Amino acid sequence: MIELRGVVKRFGKQTVLNGVDFEVREGETVALLGPSGTGKSVLLKHIIGLIHPDQGTIIVDGKDVNRLKRKALSEFRSHIGYVFQNGALFDSMNVLENVRLGIIDQDKFNDDAYVRDRVAECIRLVNLPPDTVDKYPAQLSGGMRKRVGIARAIAGSPKYLLYDEPTSGLDPVNADIIDGLVQRLDHELGVTSVMVTHDVRGAFRVADRLALLSEGKIVMQGTPKEFLESKNAKVREFLERDFDNPSFAA
Amino acid sequence: MANSTTLDIRQITGRWVLEGAGHVGRLSFFILDMIRGLSEVRIWWPRMMIEAWNIGAGSLFIVLLISAFAGAVTALQTGYQFTGSIPYYVVGTLVVSSIILELGPVLTALILAGRIGARYAAELGTMRVTEQIDALESLGRSPASHLVIPRVLAGLIMIPALTILANLSGIASGWVSVKAVLPVTDADFIYGAQYYWRPWDAWYSVIKAFFFAGSITIISCYMGFNTQQGAEGVGKSTTTAVVTSSVLILVLDTVLTRLLLNQ
Repeated sequence: MIELRGVVKRFGKQTVLNGVDFEVREGETVALLGPSGTGKSVLLKHIIGLIHPDQGTIIVDGKDVNRLKRKALSEFRSHIGYVFQNGALFDSMNVLENVRLGIIDQDKFNDDAYVRDRVAECIRLVNLPPDTVDKYPAQLSGGMRKRVGIARAIAGSPKYLLYDEPTSGLDPVNADIIDGLVQRLDHELGVTSVMVTHDVRGAFRVADRLALLSEGKIVMQGTPKEFLESKNAKVREFLERDFDNPSFAA
Repeated sequence: MANSTTLDIRQITGRWVLEGAGHVGRLSFFILDMIRGLSEVRIWWPRMMIEAWNIGAGSLFIVLLISAFAGAVTALQTGYQFTGSIPYYVVGTLVVSSIILELGPVLTALILAGRIGARYAAELGTMRVTEQIDALESLGRSPASHLVIPRVLAGLIMIPALTILANLSGIASGWVSVKAVLPVTDADFIYGAQYYWRPWDAWYSVIKAFFFAGSITIISCYMGFNTQQGAEGVGKSTTTAVVTSSVLILVLDTVLTRLLLNQ
């Protein structure tokens, strides 16, 4: 379970998160919605301890992330797969070596036979052709890089998956493929997921629950049905752009 | 007006002091992380070997070329200043001492500050702005063991090694050049080189190169690691890394000369 309580984060004079309370229950997929630049990615990075809050607490599986020492933090992160917005693949390594880095157990990491099998399995899970393993990130399309990023995140069999804008910058067809992949992985791997996105359509398709971040606070958390029925002005304002879009119903 | 100027100076000074203190703090934690990461030998050893090869093979030609020219110019200028009242063997002393004590280590370090320092800062800076360093941390891996230690250790090994080769290249080139402008025999040159030779001079050269290597690699990695704001930030980090490590090389040169040759 992931719990954020009263999280405040400032960068200089700008307050990005202003008392965020946010909760993700075991086994569910939560989509964190909000316009660009509202601090969704900043919030996600707090969960894994890449950014520390100025105030508030982040509790994951009963552990206060900010109080974890170096070794404990490293161990804690090994249970979380993080999918970066642009893949964040190591461009000097091929796909095999990139995905290999996701294998946390050092003995397995050094076992070439295990690595080949595990990487092939992860590549298959994200619907990429087997020969992708020999390619370098520069030889892959944006959608393929995102999928390799997901393969790396699941290589260590994490308990939690955090997706940072997995469909941003993709055409609708590729965005649908990624959304379907997220949904399938959540069911096949049984992980708890948080997906940061400003793609309302994808969020409604994938998530069990939604949360809307606006002006540094979580404005509403609830099921897709509760969101659709909400009278909250900010929720309505955010959703209406997509309600007017005929593709929303698809 | 005077008040506002005073205030500006106070603000600027205050900002510099705070920025300086911030850098000192971050650099201390950066070095502490490196020290902690040294235990992960399995991670940094293979990467260090690759980096060492890159530094050595990639920089050898330019280092030998520049030190050869430095040796030749030293010899030619020595020849120009000779009036005949000084014994010819002294030219051997001058060329060998200038190269080993100063030109070899300092020129090599300044070249490598541009070549390796810029590369390290740009590589790590790009990795920072494209979230590759964050990705490494998110996988529970230490960026110090994977990225910083291999680069710093490779530099600490290869830069002194390149300095030794630069010294040899400069001396050889000076030897050949001086024979072209002065009636100096090989025996004169060797006699002069040996007459004032102290083994400590060679150690001094290598010790200086070791400190220069530390300043180039640590400063460049630190600057790259703390890059902000996209492509512009990478450019800024790279420039700052080269300028800072070059200035630090000159400062260290003075300090080490005072400390190690103070007799």
